[in-house]
Amino acid sequence: MSKHPMQFVPSADFKERARGALDDDKLRKSFRGAMDFLQAKRRNQFSDEEERESLRDLGSAIRKYALANLPDLLEQLERKLTANGIQVHWAETAAEANAIVLDIMQRNAARRMIKGKSMASEEIELNHYLGEHGMECVESDMGEYIVQLAGEKPSHIVMPAIHKNKADVAKLFEEHIPDTPYTEDVDELIQTGRRALRQRFMEADVGLSGVNFAVAETGTLWLIENEGNGRLSTTVPPVHVAIMGMEKVVAKLDHVVPLVSLLTRSATGQAVTTYFNLISSPRRPGELDGPREVHLVLLDNGRSQAYADEQLRSTLQCIRCGACMNHCPVYGRIGGHAYGTTYPGPIGKILSPHLLGLDEAGDLPFASTLCGACSEVCPVRIPIPDLLIRLRNEAKRNPNETVATPLRGQGAKHSAAERVVWQFWSGAFKSPKAWAALRWGATRLRAFTPGAQAGWTQHRTPLKPAPRSLHDLLKDKGQPE
Amino acid sequence: MNARTNMLNKLRAAAPRGASTMPDVAAYYAGRPAATLAERTERLAAELTASHADVRVVSRAGWAVDVARALEEKGVRRLLLQSGAEGQLLAGALPAGTQAAEFSRPLEDWKAELFEDVDAGFTVADCAIAATGTLVHLCGPHMPRTLSLVPPLHLVLVDAARIYATLFDAAAGENWPARMPSNLVMISGPSKTADIQQTLAYGAHGPARLMVFILRAEGEAA
Repeated sequence: MSKHPMQFVPSADFKERARGALDDDKLRKSFRGAMDFLQAKRRNQFSDEEERESLRDLGSAIRKYALANLPDLLEQLERKLTANGIQVHWAETAAEANAIVLDIMQRNAARRMIKGKSMASEEIELNHYLGEHGMECVESDMGEYIVQLAGEKPSHIVMPAIHKNKADVAKLFEEHIPDTPYTEDVDELIQTGRRALRQRFMEADVGLSGVNFAVAETGTLWLIENEGNGRLSTTVPPVHVAIMGMEKVVAKLDHVVPLVSLLTRSATGQAVTTYFNLISSPRRPGELDGPREVHLVLLDNGRSQAYADEQLRSTLQCIRCGACMNHCPVYGRIGGHAYGTTYPGPIGKILSPHLLGLDEAGDLPFASTLCGACSEVCPVRIPIPDLLIRLRNEAKRNPNETVATPLRGQGAKHSAAERVVWQFWSGAFKSPKAWAALRWGATRLRAFTPGAQAGWTQHRTPLKPAPRSLHDLLKDKGQPE
Repeated sequence: MNARTNMLNKLRAAAPRGASTMPDVAAYYAGRPAATLAERTERLAAELTASHADVRVVSRAGWAVDVARALEEKGVRRLLLQSGAEGQLLAGALPAGTQAAEFSRPLEDWKAELFEDVDAGFTVADCAIAATGTLVHLCGPHMPRTLSLVPPLHLVLVDAARIYATLFDAAAGENWPARMPSNLVMISGPSKTADIQQTLAYGAHGPARLMVFILRAEGEAA
């Protein structure tokens, strides 16, 4: 493993990193290739437009229903899981979630953890925390394993190593895995990864996984994957710890049916993934394998802030397919690392402000062209551009203003000067007399327009008022004012 | 318990008032044309084949011989069986070079052996889903979770009469909500990954090869 793993880069440096990414030809080629590939695969899966749209309606309704009943469903889930023998833990913060996992490991005298894919564990920086407490965490998803060897973080929520090409992986494996010659043959590389991780599965004391859907009705954790590492992580070690954002619960088992179809088709363009792993209890008497203990950690970590606001609540409908990033013109050009957050792309821009605060993630809602491609492909119809505009407003709002559902970091992008300019503008716009005066002034004084106009002229020619206003031109044509 | 109380209180304070209607998933899937048994069998075989599985339709009288022949083709030396009638039947038909044993010891007692020495696992699927080419395994005392996961070759027997058209039909038809096993696993092909430059490779962590034997339904022509 790398000695200096990548830490959470403060999203304050977003613009600088984005600039760097834009200048990185190899990175841009990796992302362009991946985006084209994933977009085409998704399109093939949804060739029937009517079916696609009706399924999106249903998926959206299911997620909305789950959120409308979230506290009740979480309690029902806890009851059912407990009855099934799965232990439920609640964590308000990342620190609490980390401490819960460490405590489970210590009580089991565990030292080695094998990890299936879990973005929630990335969000709380579990590996780093457990590492500091003498625990060894190994990622087993091939993409996650690659970024862990490189000392990096995932750049995509579904395909973590999407920014790397096979030559990068070949070099990493040659360097980090003993007796591995350099090869760009992908089959060979995967077999090398498989062999390197096999021993880890056998030796692990604890397996950690994420959760795609939790079913309140039956007390079931529904996990989706292609590789089999998720099944191994949740089956072979004596203890399994699952961690999930608390919004991922759904009411009924059959509610998952349309959701998995939307998820796999939107994410990787597959009608189904190789494995659906439905875990409802630890090893029962008479069974020969499976973990003796299963734990579920329910994580808030800022989600309740989004939940508190009727409009922002729809952020939590997300089923983490990544289609929004796969279709985003910004993400496709700067890649996932530029964002500096666990969740990049459009979903990251609307979710991160709740997890980190607008003071940390305040640039992200502005890093969008508002083209709307994200909401067009979102399988559960999250109105992402509307939420981006709302978050921009909250970032610009006066920090001292009292609002019904305040956001952490409200007013992080507030500027008194900008506020004055807008007040002047709206005042001038509201009064016909003031507007006429402004018009008169602007058309006469246009020669004094500055050549450098803040951010605008960085890539564009300066703005200059026309010699005559539209009002004046129309008046010439005999139109009454 | 403090975190629990805080989290639930925050949600309760913000949760929308008034009842919301439960989405009707059954209504969404109702009214689709029913597929015949032959169509379902054909679809299952086609989808599994597209997912890189090796599919053979076999007869009730001769399936064990067909499986045995496949074991010989693949050069399987050590085969692990699911306990039960089918496993015993297969054990009686094995080629000379194949040694078979039932999965009968707790995993801890022989983990290394299972990971390193077993060439293939044989299971009987509970049911199947035609639309996605999916084999459903209900893991329990007679179906260890690792049997279909650790050996590099997985052989599955499935009864054509147990093929549902869709996931919704299987979940409803089998009444899963009332009888969830400790682990229900749906398998739709060999283990795979496209994590390196979107290039598909098989045998990531689970079985690299999946062989499916579909038992032709009674009364169906060969």
